[in-house]
Amino acid sequence: MLIALVCGIGVVLAHQSMPSIQKFGMSFWRTEIWDPVSGEFGALPFIWGTLYSSVLALLIATPIALGIAIFISELCPAVLRQPLVFVTELLAAIPSIVYGLWGIFVLVPAVRTVERALPDSLRRLPIFSGPPLGLGMLSAALILAIMVIPFISSISREVLKSVPPAQREGAYALGATRFEAIRAAVFYARTGIIGAVMLGFGRALGETMAVTMVIGNNPKVSLSLFAPQYTMAAVVANEFAEAAGELYLSALVEIGLVLFIITLIINSLSRLLIWSMARSETFTPEPVEAEAPA
Amino acid sequence: MTSTGRRKLLSSLFVAFCAGAVVVALIPLAFVLFFVISQGILSLNLAFFSHMPTPVGESGGGMMNSIVGTLILSGLAALMAVPIGVISGIYMSEYAGSRFAAAVRFAADTLNGVPSIVIGLFAYVVAVLPFKQFSALAGGFALGLMMIPIIARTTEELLLLVPGTMREGALALGATRARAVFSVVLPAALPGIVTGVVLALARIAGETAPLLFTAFNNAYFSTSLRQPISSLTVQVYTYATGPYEDWHRQAWAGALVLVSIVLICSLLARLATRRLERMHARS
Repeated sequence: MLIALVCGIGVVLAHQSMPSIQKFGMSFWRTEIWDPVSGEFGALPFIWGTLYSSVLALLIATPIALGIAIFISELCPAVLRQPLVFVTELLAAIPSIVYGLWGIFVLVPAVRTVERALPDSLRRLPIFSGPPLGLGMLSAALILAIMVIPFISSISREVLKSVPPAQREGAYALGATRFEAIRAAVFYARTGIIGAVMLGFGRALGETMAVTMVIGNNPKVSLSLFAPQYTMAAVVANEFAEAAGELYLSALVEIGLVLFIITLIINSLSRLLIWSMARSETFTPEPVEAEAPA
Repeated sequence: MTSTGRRKLLSSLFVAFCAGAVVVALIPLAFVLFFVISQGILSLNLAFFSHMPTPVGESGGGMMNSIVGTLILSGLAALMAVPIGVISGIYMSEYAGSRFAAAVRFAADTLNGVPSIVIGLFAYVVAVLPFKQFSALAGGFALGLMMIPIIARTTEELLLLVPGTMREGALALGATRARAVFSVVLPAALPGIVTGVVLALARIAGETAPLLFTAFNNAYFSTSLRQPISSLTVQVYTYATGPYEDWHRQAWAGALVLVSIVLICSLLARLATRRLERMHARS
C-alpha cells in the first residue's frame, strides 16, 4: 500500500506534466523566462533559487546543529540533557506558517536594517548588490537554517550515541584533550553525520510556506543575497491555485515532479549513509520526525 | 605557549563553541515564541473562537469557520491515516525480518521526506481534478498522506518495545500469529500509539502547503465535505500576506492558537511517555 503510494505519486505527477515536458523538453530547465501571459515557461530561476537558498541555509545550520548535537551528547550535564532535547525538538514542531509570519513581520525588517547599515564599499560586491528590501535570499536562508537545525542535530545526536565508548576512552587514554576525543568520535561517525546533513538538505529543498513568505517571489537568477528570488516549492504554492490553461498547470506540476525526484534521491542517499552506519553498530535509526515519541 | 597549552586552549574554545551553538539556536525559538505570544494575545479573545471573520475595515470578528475547518480536516486525515499507518507499523515490526517489510519501511521514510507541497500537487491531481471542485475531502486526503508514515514509524517503534516474551507467551498458548499481535502485543503498546497519533495530529494541524489547492479556503462557515473549507493555517497565510492591519492582528492570533496546539500536545505526549517508561521499568 505504502509502496504503491510512493510510486503512484511519481506516476501521477509525470502523467500530469506530460504537456509541458513534450512542449519544452530539456529547454524548460535552461530557460530563464517565466511569463505565463505569453505562455513561456522556463524553470531555471526556481531551480537556482531552491539550490542557492538550501545551500546557504546548510552553511549556516550545519556548524550550529553539530555544535548542539555534540553539546547534548558529549558535554552537557545529565540534568540539562532532557530539557535541551525537548526544546530543540520544539523548534522542529513549530508550524512552518508560524515561522513565515514571524519572518514577514520580525525577521525581514531586522534583515532590512542590517542591509541598510552595510557600508557602501561592501555593497559594490555582487553578493550584496541590489536594493536593501529585507525580502530576499538572505531572509529565506536564515529562516531555512532555523528550520533545519533541529533535524540535523537530532539525527547527528543519534549517530554520535552509536559511537562505541571505547573510541572516546581510547582517545582519552592516549592523553587527548576533550576536543581531540570528540574529534575522534565525530570522525568515527562521519558517514552518519553526512547523512544527517543531507537529510537536512532534503528538508530545506522542499520547505514551502516560510520561504514563500520571505523570499520575495521574483523569478530572476541572481547571486545577490539581497535580491528577491523564487524557489520551486514557492512558485507552485503561489501560482498553482490560480493557474489558468493546461500548459501553465502542467509546467507547475513538472516543477513539482522534479522537486519530488530530487528529494527522493537525496533522502534515499542520506538514509543509506545513516543505515550503513547503523548496520555496523547496534543502533536503530530514528524516524526522521524529530518529535516522534520514544 | 607550549603545545599542551595550545591544545587545552583549543579544547576549551571548542566546548565554548558548542555551548554557544545551543544558545544561538535557542534565540530564534525564544523570539518566535515571544512574538507569537505577545502579538497573539492582544487580539485573541472569545470572539476569535465564536465569530466569523468580519469584512475588511471592520475590526473584531474571529476565525470560527477556520477552526472548525481545521478540526474537520484533521479528523478526515486521522480516519484515513490511523488504520493504514497502524497496519503498516504492525507489519514492519512483526515481520521485521522479511525483505518486503524493509521495502515498506523504506517507502514510509521516503513518503515522510516528500515535500508537503508535492503531496498537495498529488492530492490535487487525484482528488480535485476529477471532480472539478476543491473540497474538504481532498484536503483531508492530502493531510492523511502526510500522517501515514509518521503513525507507521511510531507504531513500529512502540511494538518493538513490547517484550518478546509476551509474544512468545501468546504463541505458546496456541494463539495464531495474528491473534498474538492483535490481542496481546497491540494492547500493550496502545497507550503509546495513541500518544503518537495525538502528536501526528498536532503536526498535521499546522500544515499549510498541502491545503492550498486541495481544501482551498472558504470565507463562509461550511461543514460540507464536498465544498472548499477554510483552515487555520491557510487563513493565517491569507491574512499575513494581506495588506490590512486587522488581518495581521488576526494572523498573529491564529498563529498563537496553532503554536498552543503544538505545545500542549507535545507536553502531554512527553508526560504520557514518561509515565509509560516508568510503567515499563517497573514491570
